[in-house]
Amino acid sequence: MTSNPLLDELAQREYQHGFVTNIESESIPAGLSEDVVRVISKKKDEPGWLLDWRLKAYRHWLTMQEPTWAKVHYPAIDYQKIVYYSSPKSVSEDRPKSLAEVDPELLAMYEKLGVPLKEREILAGVAVDAVIDSVSVATTFREKLKELGIVFCSFSEAVKEHPDLVRKYLGSVVPYTDNFFATLNSAVFSDGSFCFIPKGVRCPMELSTYFRINQADTGQFERTLIVAEEGSAVSYLEGCTAPKRDRNQLHAAVVELVALDDAQIKYSTVQNWYPGDKDGKGGIYNFVTKRGKCAGKNSKISWTQVETGSAITWKYPSCLLLGDNSVGEFYSVALTANFQQADTGTKMIHAGKNTRSTIISKGISAGHGQNTYRGAVKILKGAEGARNYSQCDSLLIGDLCGAHTFPYIEVKNSSATLEHEASTSKIGEDQLFYCMQRGLSAEDAVSMIVNGFAKRVIRGLPMEFAVEAQKLLGVSLEGSVG
Amino acid sequence: MSHALLEIRNLHASIAEDGTEILRGVDLTIRAGEVHAIMGPNGSGKSTLAYVLAGRPGYVVTQGTVLYDGKDLLALAPEQRAREGIFLAFQYPVEIPGVSNAYFLRTAVNAIRKHRGIPELDAMDFLTLLDEKARLVEMEEAMLERGVNEGFSGGEKKRNEVLQMAMLDPKLALLDETDSGLDIDALRVAATGVNALRGPGRAMLVITHYQRLLNYIVPDVVHVLSDGRIVRSGGKELALELEAKGYSWIESGAATPAGAPVGR
Repeated sequence: MTSNPLLDELAQREYQHGFVTNIESESIPAGLSEDVVRVISKKKDEPGWLLDWRLKAYRHWLTMQEPTWAKVHYPAIDYQKIVYYSSPKSVSEDRPKSLAEVDPELLAMYEKLGVPLKEREILAGVAVDAVIDSVSVATTFREKLKELGIVFCSFSEAVKEHPDLVRKYLGSVVPYTDNFFATLNSAVFSDGSFCFIPKGVRCPMELSTYFRINQADTGQFERTLIVAEEGSAVSYLEGCTAPKRDRNQLHAAVVELVALDDAQIKYSTVQNWYPGDKDGKGGIYNFVTKRGKCAGKNSKISWTQVETGSAITWKYPSCLLLGDNSVGEFYSVALTANFQQADTGTKMIHAGKNTRSTIISKGISAGHGQNTYRGAVKILKGAEGARNYSQCDSLLIGDLCGAHTFPYIEVKNSSATLEHEASTSKIGEDQLFYCMQRGLSAEDAVSMIVNGFAKRVIRGLPMEFAVEAQKLLGVSLEGSVG
Repeated sequence: MSHALLEIRNLHASIAEDGTEILRGVDLTIRAGEVHAIMGPNGSGKSTLAYVLAGRPGYVVTQGTVLYDGKDLLALAPEQRAREGIFLAFQYPVEIPGVSNAYFLRTAVNAIRKHRGIPELDAMDFLTLLDEKARLVEMEEAMLERGVNEGFSGGEKKRNEVLQMAMLDPKLALLDETDSGLDIDALRVAATGVNALRGPGRAMLVITHYQRLLNYIVPDVVHVLSDGRIVRSGGKELALELEAKGYSWIESGAATPAGAPVGR
């Protein structure tokens, strides 16, 4: 331990979203096989092409090995012990037509989580698609968006109502062969969100999905697909929580973004899955593949993530910059306290001319937390005049945590410009004492210092999210100082 | 005579890490409204005294008592001491990147107001107050929006300390070498700010190595600290005498030891 009592006694915070909701749910038995894939597809009444795609993914998955290159350690996952489909019972039979038909217990749960599903959301201007375990519960504001030609619905509905769009873009950014976890997702994904912004339309409100894992031993495998046509723009928010459980739960999601000419997609995540307790017991294994394709010229995809939850985070929201003058951005704050481990970063693949990318990564480690930034910048042969700026900063709280940085750079065009800056600092007792001498408690002081450190990323979040993220950073570090 | 705000009796303190004793029996009484100066050579324990009073971790009090406003000061956590009205102007103010000066100050002001049972300031009232106090130390608005001490010059940092002091309205201000690293203009600005805060309800303990500062902040009482003890106390002329004769005058034992408590 450190000699400073202020910096000792790390991370014993309480997880605030750790309640379990008693909703009758319908699950299939644990285990994975072709039959399970077929059952999922059948439960969702899917067309044959989608079942075929799932089965191809499943068969491919059987040939794959779980990756081990990430700097995270966990006991082997038994994929036969996971429940691959669970749905709240009241939802599974007949999907509610309106909020009035939704199980009040469910609504109460969202209320507790602060997800705006009712009147007040109109004020907040947020359209929410809420996904609990495997099923999308309700989508607000759909009618209003429909007038503009915007489609925002659950993935399952999109398969039924917009099969051509789904078929065209599903797997076009993250193919079913992509990687172990993405391939697993492709085989068993149960729901998620779909969003389509037609040509020239700027979505007038933030679109938002709230994910929650409720059932024990359930994996959550959602899939999000966002397509922004020529000249359109959308800002999308995603929040995640899960109840406290002793056992680890798997979350393997896939997010695909497609931006055509002059289109812009801003994707913001506040991830607060259950991180496990102070001894490292339980928590979500978060293995997520997120990738955006700047397919058109002058297109832009911007990822902002605040990662405070999960026992293990394995996640690299990336950009394929195919269109000339396209722009990719990655702004990240990852916090690991207690025994949390995060291996996160991005890949920026520059293929088009004059493509630009910016990477700002802020890692915060406390307790026994291990935080790794892993990023790749690739400038391909044709990417004349490409530019990248990367900044990776790490903040350490206490003596038992770790920060690691693995930047990979590959340049095949000599006209490219790359800059990389990195720093590691420690919350010193000097800073803490200075704040406390001004009347701040140790916890407020840490929260303030951490938020100052993360400011550049936080301020890129939409307003309501920024406030939540700031609070979350504070809460996540409660108990980090004695 | 006003009441004793701070009463230090036989205070002994060591560095926690290696047990080195720095303060070896300090006795000092400060009454409300008084300005005391502590002078002394490097290593005599001046800054340690300020840190121990403010509750900085890393020091262990091995003997003695400190009463502040009649309460046992040493039993209070650092932030409680701050909220009770003890302010330390740091010799080396700390940078907090990304946290704006104004936001930091508002959080601090409201933490202290809350403790004192007075309503927290809203954004407008806070800015009005900040504007008024910033003028006192000639601080431009732009500096208030910058990160706390982030990239500030030495003079700016010291002025920022005085600004914080003005905002937090302490009962007892400890000024640790506020003059160090300042040119004469910066010193004048800082001293003007400090003097504006003198008043019957507030006591100050001004720590300095040089007499120069005391030309600007004229103390009621001057103490000489040497080897962890107050070896001499007197009026403001003691500072001049020290300046003329040097600290060796004290250290050689030529000066008479501190006698009866000096006050007004």
